[in-house]
Amino acid sequence: MSETPSTPDSIHSDAFLARLMRDQLKLSIACALCFVVALVALPLLNYFQPEFMAQRVYGFTLTWLILGVLFFPFVWIISYIFIKRSIALEDAEAKAALAGLTK
Amino acid sequence: MNALLAAAGIDPWIAICSLVTVVITVGMGFWTAGKSKSAGDFFVAGRSVSVGWNASAISGEYLSAASFMGVAGMVMLNGYDALWYPVCYACGYLFLLLFIAGPLRRFGAYTIPDFAEGRYDSPVFRKIAVCFVLFIGFFYTMPQMKGAGTTLAYIFPGLHYSVGVIVVGAVITLNVSLGGMKGITLVQAFQYWLKVFAITIPIFVLASIVGHYQQHLEANKTAQETVAAAPAGIERKALPAKAPKDEQWIAPFGSLTTKAVDNAIKAAKTPEEKAALEANKKPYSLLYTYSLIIALVCGTAGLPHILVRFYTNPDGVAAKRTTMWVMILIGVFYVFPPVYGVIGRSLMPELYEAIGSKGTDKVVLELPTLLAGRDYPLLGSVLSGITCAGAFAAFMSTFSGLLVSMSSALAHDIYGRMLKPDSSPEQRLKAFKWAAVIIGVVSVGLGTQVEKLNINYLVGQAFAIAAASYFPLLFMSVWWRGMTMKGAATGMLVGGLMALGAITLTTLSDVYAVQSLADFWVANPLVRILCEQPAIWAVPLSIILMIVVSKATASTVPADVRMKMLVLHAPEALGLKQEYIKEHEGLGGH
Repeated sequence: MSETPSTPDSIHSDAFLARLMRDQLKLSIACALCFVVALVALPLLNYFQPEFMAQRVYGFTLTWLILGVLFFPFVWIISYIFIKRSIALEDAEAKAALAGLTK
Repeated sequence: MNALLAAAGIDPWIAICSLVTVVITVGMGFWTAGKSKSAGDFFVAGRSVSVGWNASAISGEYLSAASFMGVAGMVMLNGYDALWYPVCYACGYLFLLLFIAGPLRRFGAYTIPDFAEGRYDSPVFRKIAVCFVLFIGFFYTMPQMKGAGTTLAYIFPGLHYSVGVIVVGAVITLNVSLGGMKGITLVQAFQYWLKVFAITIPIFVLASIVGHYQQHLEANKTAQETVAAAPAGIERKALPAKAPKDEQWIAPFGSLTTKAVDNAIKAAKTPEEKAALEANKKPYSLLYTYSLIIALVCGTAGLPHILVRFYTNPDGVAAKRTTMWVMILIGVFYVFPPVYGVIGRSLMPELYEAIGSKGTDKVVLELPTLLAGRDYPLLGSVLSGITCAGAFAAFMSTFSGLLVSMSSALAHDIYGRMLKPDSSPEQRLKAFKWAAVIIGVVSVGLGTQVEKLNINYLVGQAFAIAAASYFPLLFMSVWWRGMTMKGAATGMLVGGLMALGAITLTTLSDVYAVQSLADFWVANPLVRILCEQPAIWAVPLSIILMIVVSKATASTVPADVRMKMLVLHAPEALGLKQEYIKEHEGLGGH
């Protein structure tokens, strides 16, 4: 947030909006990538490494354990991180913009 | 009385638990009906629902008959591949959270059609968007109706499937037309907790007596194992010929995803043809899996009856928090239905032989009665009563939610804006009630036709349509300034309608056993897969069309797009929030 807006109009400037959207989208895409990589990788592992994925872990097959149980907490972690960061990001944006307005 | 029930084959415990659930649901609907007065109350619950309540209510509405009964039935029937359904149902919320929930709430429109109109200043676009509320809604109500018919046929042996559909449909329609959404928020939240209780308690008790999840899974041998290493004390009944073999069932790319190719192999005449098809089996199966994943993940982010609930959050931050809690609440739930499927395979394989409402879709309801054969007859009945109560909660809450959003679309959009723009609030409330009755009747009619289809499969189809229509619309409208109304409408219409057409074609050919189509599917297994799971081509098609048409009509980008984007993305602390749709102001709604 180096360039703080300096006129009341500046939150209506293209530059402000572009930065706002870029920062938010960057965060969303980073989180989405973690998720998408896992979603794409699991069927591929099942496809190319069926024996590895079929090994028994506590009675489950490895792939069953991942998909049926472990996937849920994995997604909770991503969403927790996203929400924390996204709220912090919005606070910072709001502060920077309001500081710009009162100058 | 007991003797009478026993003579009819009805277990009193099961009947009582189900009846209590229905009475509580309907009672709460009537009780809260007196409290919701204004139109704003009726449509989005006055926009003042707290995160905890709202998350429970969204989860309660989301966990439908597909989650409660369908997932277990499908895991039992198809094994590993069916696990993608519960996982993607829960994890699809992540896309909603990352890209859509916050901005949409900030925009301040009541429904997706409101958003479509507000974002592009186009009443025409609203009409297009409204159609998909109805398309997706009807596809989603069919499996709920099947759940209702299956459950009633289980409780009252001998009762015809369609009678159950009609009775449940009538009760819920009455409830919705009297209560509206304010009632539903409270009822939905209660129903979430009822459903979690009803899926967990019976399976914990059951597993402690007949053996645990992983032990029953271990009893199924993988392709690498020569004999099933069933742990000591784990019983297994012999599988009927119709059931998939162990190594197919427990491994990925089993009977769900290879069905199209398997049918083609059965019909193949020469060994060369067979060999060629065999070689394609696994790649096609992978394609099916990915298409299913796309449909479920993107579809969750485009379900109209779920999205409307995000407007009941006070602000964008609350909308995000709500989404996270929903993911946790439903994630916890979704671990359990597959357990019923796995234990059902070991101990209730006779369900493989039946079809329709007597097949694997009822495993959740019937599994607890196993305890009767293990010297706990009363416990078995009570637990089965509890799962029946959960099933009632499941299809009643989802059907109510769908009915509200579809009736709102009819009353708020079609009646209130197109037919009679100058109607009074009282007239609109009346229109809402009539719309609920009309949609209830149509849903019941459709529900009686789908007995043969798997509950979960049908819900998956509704997701695929949502994925190809609303998801691209919302995603692109929120993040791309260059979108025009024409681009959005073309993409949503073409993608959504093609997905709808492909799915309707496969569904019709399965329900009515159309011979010429069946022959065509056998000759073209790849086409069958792409029609059955259209998301893999329909979602990109929709997005590409949106981009291409928007570029071609770039001069018609809304003039105040910057302001709109600012409202979507700027933190609320900046005070830019404005209610785009002001129609309900002055009605005391908020």
